[in-house]
Amino acid sequence: MKRSMFVLFSLLVLASLMLVACGPQATPTPAPVQTQAPTSEEPVATQPPAPVEKTAVIGFTASLTGKYNVESSRQTNGLKLWMDQVNAAGGITLTDGTVVKFDSKFYDDESNKDRVQELYTKLATEDNADFLISPYSSGLTAAAAVIAQQYNKIMITTGAASDSTYQQGYTLVYQAYTPASHYLTGALDLLAKTDPEAKTIAIAYSNDSFSTSVVEALKSYAEGKGYTVAVYEGYDPATTDFSALINKIQASAPDAIMGGGHFQDGSTFAKQVYEKNVTAKMIALLVAPPEPSFAELGDAALGVVGPSQWEPEAAFQPDFGPTGEDFVNSYKAAYGEDPSYHSAGGYVAGLILQKAIETAGSLDPDAIKQALDGMDMTTFYGGIKFDTSADNHGLQIGHDMVYVQWQKDANGNLVKQIVWPESGATAPVLYPIR
Amino acid sequence: MGNIFLASLIDGLLIGFVYGIAAMGLSLIWGVMDVINLAHGPIIALGMFGVFLLFNSIGLNPYISLIIIALVGLLGGMLIYYIAIHRVLTAPPLSTLLATYAVNMIIIGLGTAAFSTTPRNVNFSLGSLGSGMITVQGTRLVAAALSTIITGGLYFFLYRTRPGKNIRAVANNRAAAELMGIPSDRVLALSFGLGTLLAAVAGGLISTFFPFTILAGGAYELKSFVIVVMGGLGNPIGALLGGLILGVMEGLIPLVLPNTWVPVLEFLLFVVILLVRPYGLFGAKK
Repeated sequence: MKRSMFVLFSLLVLASLMLVACGPQATPTPAPVQTQAPTSEEPVATQPPAPVEKTAVIGFTASLTGKYNVESSRQTNGLKLWMDQVNAAGGITLTDGTVVKFDSKFYDDESNKDRVQELYTKLATEDNADFLISPYSSGLTAAAAVIAQQYNKIMITTGAASDSTYQQGYTLVYQAYTPASHYLTGALDLLAKTDPEAKTIAIAYSNDSFSTSVVEALKSYAEGKGYTVAVYEGYDPATTDFSALINKIQASAPDAIMGGGHFQDGSTFAKQVYEKNVTAKMIALLVAPPEPSFAELGDAALGVVGPSQWEPEAAFQPDFGPTGEDFVNSYKAAYGEDPSYHSAGGYVAGLILQKAIETAGSLDPDAIKQALDGMDMTTFYGGIKFDTSADNHGLQIGHDMVYVQWQKDANGNLVKQIVWPESGATAPVLYPIR
Repeated sequence: MGNIFLASLIDGLLIGFVYGIAAMGLSLIWGVMDVINLAHGPIIALGMFGVFLLFNSIGLNPYISLIIIALVGLLGGMLIYYIAIHRVLTAPPLSTLLATYAVNMIIIGLGTAAFSTTPRNVNFSLGSLGSGMITVQGTRLVAAALSTIITGGLYFFLYRTRPGKNIRAVANNRAAAELMGIPSDRVLALSFGLGTLLAAVAGGLISTFFPFTILAGGAYELKSFVIVVMGGLGNPIGALLGGLILGVMEGLIPLVLPNTWVPVLEFLLFVVILLVRPYGLFGAKK
C-alpha cells in the first residue's frame, strides 16, 4: 500500500515537472538583429551612397493565451503586416538620410494585467524598445500605459476604447480607437437625422464597466438633445432571460432601444426583443451586431444597428497609407482570413507611428511627440486626431465609429450595410425596422 | 400596468415549470440517498448540448431528441452512480460531495475541450402566440406543458409503480427496505439515473429558447438548490411549485426593482426558508 502510494506520488511529481517543462516559453520572438536606442550618437552623413540603417524596436505584448486570444492575435497580425510592408518598401528615410527599419519584440501577456506590467517594464528597460504598442483590451492597456509613461516611452494604444486611461495625466499615450463614450452617440445622431419625430429611447445595458461608460455618455448626450430616456437599466452580463426587462421596455413604448454589452447578451437580447414583438423603430446594440455570426439570429437580426471601429466596406478616402481595399487584400493574402476591426486597429497603430516619424524626420521622442500632437490625417480606418488638452491628452477625437445595420439583399439574404456616417454609408438606413 | 403585470406573470410561470423539472432531479437524488449532486449543472448543460448536436447534425426535432437524451441521461446517471457514488455512499458526507464535484469537473473539462465556451444556440422556433405586450414563444409553452407532463409522470412512477415505491421505501429507511427484500443498490442507481434524466431533459428544454455554453448549467444548479430547499426534499410536486415561485419572482421583481436585484432576493428567500422552515415550504417535518 505504502509503496504504491509512493509510486503514485512520484508519478504525479514527474507529470507536473513535465507540464512545467512544456509550458509556454517566455520569448516567442526572434531577438532583434540590431538594437539601437534612438538617442544614441547621431550618425554623421558624410558618405551619401551608403545610408546609415537603424532598427527601431517596437515592443508590445500579445494575448497568445487566455480570454483575449482571438482579438489580440488579429491585432498583432495587423501590426505585423504594417511592419512587413514598411520594411519591404525600404523603411522610413529620416531628414538626415538615415533609413529606419522596424523590428518587434513581444511577449505573451496571458490576457493577465499583472503580466502586462511586468512585461512592459521588461520591454522598456531590458529590451530597450523605442516605441510601445498597447496590448488588446482596455483593462490590459490601462495597466501598460502607466509603465509607458513611467519609462518615458511613446505608446500607441489600440484595441482599447476606455476613456479613463487618458484622464490620468499621461503625455505619451495616444489612442487609435474611438473612445467608449462615443460608441452609441452616433446611433442617436442617426436616429435624429432619420426621424426627427422620435422622442423616447430605452437603454438596457450589460452592467460591466465598458458598457456602463458607453451608456452613461449616451444618456447624457440623449438628454442634452431633448430625448426622454424612458428605461435606463443594467443587467448582469450572464443574463439569458430578458423577458422581464423587455416587458418593461415594451410598456414604455420607446421609439428606439439602445444599449447591449457583448456578443452573447447582445444577441440574446435582440432575439428575445424580436420574439416578443417589441415595436421599437430602431435597435442599436454594442459589439454584437458587427460580428458576422450575428446573422445566425435570422429575422431577429434584421434592422439591428451596431457600432464598429472599422468595416472593410467603409469607403473612406485616405490621405495616408493604403486604401481599405488594399489593406483587405494584403491582409487576406498574408493570413488567409478577412480582417476584423481588431486587425485594422493593429495596422493603424503602426501607421500612426510611421506618419509621426515621417513628420518628425527623426527618432527623437520629443519631435515624434510633437508630430503626434499635431497629427490630423485620414487613413483607410478613418480620421486620426488626438486631444491635446491636459485633461484628456491622447484621447482619440478624429475617428468616428461606423454604424452597420443588418439588411436584406435582393435575394433575401442578410447582409451588413454601413448606414452611418453618411460619408461612409453603403446603403440607406432601414427605418422603422418593424 | 395591468398588461405588463400579466405579461411578466406569464413569462415567470412558464420558465418556472422548467426550473421545477431541473430542481426535481436534484431533489430526488438528495432526498433518496442524501447526496448533494454537484454535477447537476454540467448534466443540465450536457442535455442542452444533446439537443444542439442532434439538431445541428441530423436536424432532429428537439422534442424527439429529448427521448434520446432521457434514455442516455438515465443510463449515464446509473453509470455515474456505480463508478463515482456507490463506493463512497456510506463514507462521511463530504466524500459524496467531493465525488460529485469530481464528476462535475470532469464533465466541464471534457465539455470545454470538445465544445469550447463559445455560446451556442439551437435555431429552433415554434413562432409566438398572442399579441402586443402578451406575446409568448411557442417553445416556452411547449416546455411548460412537457414539464407538467413529466412531473405527473414522475409522481405516478413514485407513487403507483413497484420500482417507484421501492425508491420511496429506500429513501425512507434503507435498512428496513433491505430487510423487506428491496435491492437497495439497484434502487439507488435507478434514482440517480432518474435524477440525471430530469436534469438532462430540463437542459434540453432550456436549450430551445436560451443560448448556452458548457458552463451554463451552473446558474440553473444554483436555482435548483433554492427550489429544492423551498419545495422540500424528494417531492416532485414541491419542486414544481418551488420552481413556479422562483419563476414568478424572476418575472415580477424587475417590475419594481432593477433586475439585478432578483438573485439577491432569491437567495435571501433561500436563507430565510433555511432558518424558518428547513424542511421546505411543502416538505413534511422529519
